[in-house]
Amino acid sequence: MSNTSGKTPKLDKLDKGPWPSFVKEIKRAAEKSPMSKDLLGQLELSYEEKIGHWKHGGIVGVFGYGGGVIGRYSDVPDKFPNVAHFHTMRVNMPSAWFYSTEALRKLCDIWEKHGSGLLNMHGSTGDIIFLGTVTDKLEPIFAELTEAGFDLGGSGSDVRTPSCCVGPARCEWACYDTLNLCYDLTMHYQDELHRPAFPYKFKFKCAGCPNDCVASVARADMSIIGTWKDGIQIDNGAVKEYADKGMNIQKDVCGNCPAKCMEWDGSTMAIDNSLCRRCMHCINVMPKALRPGKERGACIMIGSKAPIVEGALLSSVLVPFMKMEPPYEELKDLVEKMHDIWCEEGKNRERIGEFIQRVGLGNFLEAIEVEPSPYMVEHPRDNPYVFYEEYFEEGDEDEGEEEDE
Amino acid sequence: MADELTAEQVADAMYKMVADAQGQKKLKPMDLQKSMIEYFGGDRCDKKLCKAAIKELIESGRCVYTYFGGSFIELPHEEGAAKG
Ligand code: SF4
Ligand code: SF4
Repeated sequence: MSNTSGKTPKLDKLDKGPWPSFVKEIKRAAEKSPMSKDLLGQLELSYEEKIGHWKHGGIVGVFGYGGGVIGRYSDVPDKFPNVAHFHTMRVNMPSAWFYSTEALRKLCDIWEKHGSGLLNMHGSTGDIIFLGTVTDKLEPIFAELTEAGFDLGGSGSDVRTPSCCVGPARCEWACYDTLNLCYDLTMHYQDELHRPAFPYKFKFKCAGCPNDCVASVARADMSIIGTWKDGIQIDNGAVKEYADKGMNIQKDVCGNCPAKCMEWDGSTMAIDNSLCRRCMHCINVMPKALRPGKERGACIMIGSKAPIVEGALLSSVLVPFMKMEPPYEELKDLVEKMHDIWCEEGKNRERIGEFIQRVGLGNFLEAIEVEPSPYMVEHPRDNPYVFYEEYFEEGDEDEGEEEDE
Repeated sequence: MADELTAEQVADAMYKMVADAQGQKKLKPMDLQKSMIEYFGGDRCDKKLCKAAIKELIESGRCVYTYFGGSFIELPHEEGAAKG
């Protein structure tokens, strides 16, 4: 049964109840936009037939750029001519998603004028996602966006739009300026962002502390997570206040410390910082009494990804602590070495985490000239998966080395 | 000593490679870079020059980026998927 009639009984079910619903929003847009109307029709057809009707990819883009536009076409254009082309545009969002209302209005005006009027704030990469336009409109949209001070983000085998948590703009726990680093990386890697030259995508995400509000540990090829080197700052008076107000410090704070490195004797809190895993639990529970240490920077982790070509990976520690101050030369040098070896040896559609798994972390570290360290772990207190040659004595080769090729 | 190689010369060689492969094999920027360094020699052609050559190729409109699971460089052509 075709549903060009405009009736959408299946989608209507998703529209019921008090919750926000994408169907509700598409229906509202459909009152003004024929594109959104046909989108509803095609979606209903997909629900009926249990099959998607989109074809992705191809040649579309704006002049000079290899990313930022994702070609999308209907495979039933005769039934739904208004979504024969339904391209997505990724617009580079500002650091930590701060907008003026004027900027938001401008974005919406551009999109209502040239596209379906539907947008997604924000996609999993963090970008502003404009959903649905035709090839001829791409250049006019791009021109108006740049006029308004916006640029396209990344897509394809390139540096994806870097994203960051709100950091020091609103959060007292930020161990470095996430917004500044995010902006700096975005500007520094403009070429890599707009001209895809990698085996596959590469994502930077900057979190100000181990709470990792941008989920960088699960979603970034390079997760830059704020941390501290010295001890947690303790205000014993404030700890006592929490206790006096009824918090069970022993059970709820010390008892849940994964390192079991905290002690509370009723008046003094003691932390063995050499064992602390910087998990943020105690600081989250008693924000007025505990703070991250004063010697702050970031832990550089590498390799996470969602399951696309292969299974999901979480990032693991590459550099346990790095000062994170402009112009971020140490970080950029490291990134360049990583990109070089990955571009040289990586297979098509192989993320850097998969590449490291394939070649082995030891070989990867050697190529990027980073010394192995026991901190290079997948999880705290996990076995390091670094091959330590100095632990092998002469005659141990048979056990320790791989076969010669 | 050999003449200094320019980005335009590398772009011309890249263009020829893309044109020869069109319809048979999709080439990634890295394929072009590796081939150019091999063809001209590492002492004359490096990563930076190849990057400049690719920029030249794209900005002159002689080639375009395409996406089919990964990003490729091809000659401009009519979009197959757009034909329905
Ligand atoms: S990741 Fe940490 S610093 Fe960033 S917003 Fe979350 S709690 Fe604050
Ligand atoms: S940050 Fe985590 S590991 Fe460290 S002392 Fe607090 S609860 Fe324990």
